[in-house]
Amino acid sequence: MSTNQKITLAKGLNMGLRKAMEDDDKVLLMGEDVGKLGGVFRITDGLQKDFGEDRVIDSPLAESGIVGTAVGMALRGYRPVIEIQFDGFVYPAYDQIVCQVAKYTYRSQGKVKMPIVIRIPFGGGIGAVEHHSESPEAQFAHTPGLKVVACSNPVDGYWMIQQAIAHDDPVIFLEPKRQYHADKAELDETATPEPLFTSRVVRAGTDATVLAYGPTVKTALKAAEAAATEGRHLEVIDLRTLSPLDMGPVLESVRRTGRCVVTHEAHVNLGMGAELAARITEHCFYSLEAPVLRVGAFDMPYPPSRIEEEYLPDLDRVLDAVDRTFAY
Amino acid sequence: MSEHESFGPDLAEVFGPSQSDGGPDLVQLLTPEGERVHHPEFDHDFSAEELRGLYRDMVLTRRIDVEATALQRHGELGIWAQLLGQEAAQIGAGRALRPQDYVFPTYREHGVAYCKGVDPLRLLGLFRGVDQGGWDPNENNFGLYTIVIGAQTLHATGYAMGMQRDGVVGTGDPDRDSAVIAHFGDGASSQGDVNEAFIFAASYNAPVVFFCQNNQWAISEPIERQTRIPLYQRALGFGFPGIRVDGNDVLATYAVTKAALQRAREGNGPSFVEAYTYRMGAHTTTDDPTRYRLNDELEHWKLKDPIERLKVYLRRNGLVDQEFFDDLDAEAKELGHHLREGCKALPDPKPLDQFGYVFSEMTDEIAAQRDEFAAYLASFEGSH
Ligand SMILES: Cc1ncc(C[n+]2csc(CCOP(=O)(O)OP(=O)(O)O)c2C)c(N)n1
Repeated sequence: MSTNQKITLAKGLNMGLRKAMEDDDKVLLMGEDVGKLGGVFRITDGLQKDFGEDRVIDSPLAESGIVGTAVGMALRGYRPVIEIQFDGFVYPAYDQIVCQVAKYTYRSQGKVKMPIVIRIPFGGGIGAVEHHSESPEAQFAHTPGLKVVACSNPVDGYWMIQQAIAHDDPVIFLEPKRQYHADKAELDETATPEPLFTSRVVRAGTDATVLAYGPTVKTALKAAEAAATEGRHLEVIDLRTLSPLDMGPVLESVRRTGRCVVTHEAHVNLGMGAELAARITEHCFYSLEAPVLRVGAFDMPYPPSRIEEEYLPDLDRVLDAVDRTFAY
Repeated sequence: MSEHESFGPDLAEVFGPSQSDGGPDLVQLLTPEGERVHHPEFDHDFSAEELRGLYRDMVLTRRIDVEATALQRHGELGIWAQLLGQEAAQIGAGRALRPQDYVFPTYREHGVAYCKGVDPLRLLGLFRGVDQGGWDPNENNFGLYTIVIGAQTLHATGYAMGMQRDGVVGTGDPDRDSAVIAHFGDGASSQGDVNEAFIFAASYNAPVVFFCQNNQWAISEPIERQTRIPLYQRALGFGFPGIRVDGNDVLATYAVTKAALQRAREGNGPSFVEAYTYRMGAHTTTDDPTRYRLNDELEHWKLKDPIERLKVYLRRNGLVDQEFFDDLDAEAKELGHHLREGCKALPDPKPLDQFGYVFSEMTDEIAAQRDEFAAYLASFEGSH
């Protein structure tokens, strides 16, 4: 099974989950509709059929219950992988995640591990009704004891989900739902994957650095392509991990380019961009030619879908920010 | 089960997937065959006019649903939550309400909204993506649709507690005494919020009716995944009465809901109504029930169609003539036209207006973001 194949992000995640379940019989999937239906996005398609109802668990419609029972399962030596159906429905489980999942290891002075993965399809752009397009990453990255990662492409989806499941700490695993079925990429299952908590340069450039993760990686790459036609070479970094942040490649890049734009779909106020800007300023102050600029959501709830295209950071808004960094 | 006999009968006997007739405690006034039956506690003397009215309401409600489903298929709506099969549950409950009663709906209460006088066109905005409700909940005492499962049951309870404090419960004046109804599904019964709402309502004796449409499925998950006892029996554990009514029988849902609301208005506290029904359509237009549901089940429930059984009864008893059906048909067509044309004409929201809705008064920060965005948008003008 090492022949390369072209897969979507949905397929990559599905294959990654399957592999993780084959490799370790303590791995369990839990969530609403993950069994027979294969999840509303079909990410768990076929897994209940092959691994049985004891390992792919259709749970009652209760997010706090799902996460809370996963805590108990983890205490018993299992490795639960939870699917939250949509980003906006993680909040009923918020208390269990930030007060229990995140703090068990600390409270037990390291004696207990919480190897729980909480998968959340996140971000907008799918024309959905309210609560189906949110970007709650900062809420979790702000919580000590949780690790937060975001995949952006099919190959990362395949490897990162397996790595997150094998990891002994709780991982909030963000999946850009808009990309599930969008693009295909070639997967080599025999390759050695990048380590989990690392960021990565996905397009080299010399003039400015664009930081992105999840759904905005594609936007940033498109912006870089457009900028190149005008002779500007943008370096694009896919952060991949939001907590812990892997600042190495970021600082190295900004020291070279002297300019940085951060883009995410979440609200700019107190978002990931704020943290990145602060760290970059602290470590690259003398290399910066312009302040770090942020492109993200306004401080309003996600709007009705008819105007989400205007609200989401797109190629033009990224380029506009790039222009502004050059205007300093 | 022998060594566990002290725990009562085998659960499978009490509650099994095969219990599609709703079990022995089901309140019914009209059988699936259209026979009028009587109930010692919940009977009601329906006038011919009332019966025709209920029939008309169900037909128009189905029309709203069919039209909206078609609009979704034509790309005019992003998604639609269908109610096919749940017309009796909604009209029975909706017609039992008085103007001063307040509704806290989920996202599927199109029939209840219609009973409360909300223009069905207003319901389409959320599904088309031009607004997130948009109607004024206080205009018709019909709350905004709630997407987060179960959240509204707590709002309903709090609202009912407010009514108590305002002295509009148990006054003996029928125009004044008020109650609240909270709609939700069988899946929602698993949420913490719903269970907390039960506890608050019981503890404060709040005038609220918890109205659960048990349509047997929460997307792909059957009722057995949410409960091992009949849902209505749960109420007892929280300290208020629960009752199961045939949700495909509009006469019974009307009579039972009316009694529950009256109990609440009189100051006797909350109750739980489980309308035992079936979701004949998909969960929403994006769902594919063939992946988890047997066709047999659907065929079985089609025989219990809420509209057909009342039609048979009306016909058999000579309560309707052809003119009634012709008029109703014309009315339904008119309603369909209103929805089709109205939907396409719903204006898209204005991005800059959105900044004004975040708080009751705009903050300086948000005003600055709006102005920046306006300048940004203006920079494109003339560039294409
Ligand atoms: C808190 C929360 N979790 C998950 C969802 C996604 N979701 C939407 S409807 C639904 C099933 C609801 O089933 P039920 O309560 O029985 O109501 P029905 O739609 O069948 O009337 C789910 C899981 C949601 N809207 N809110």
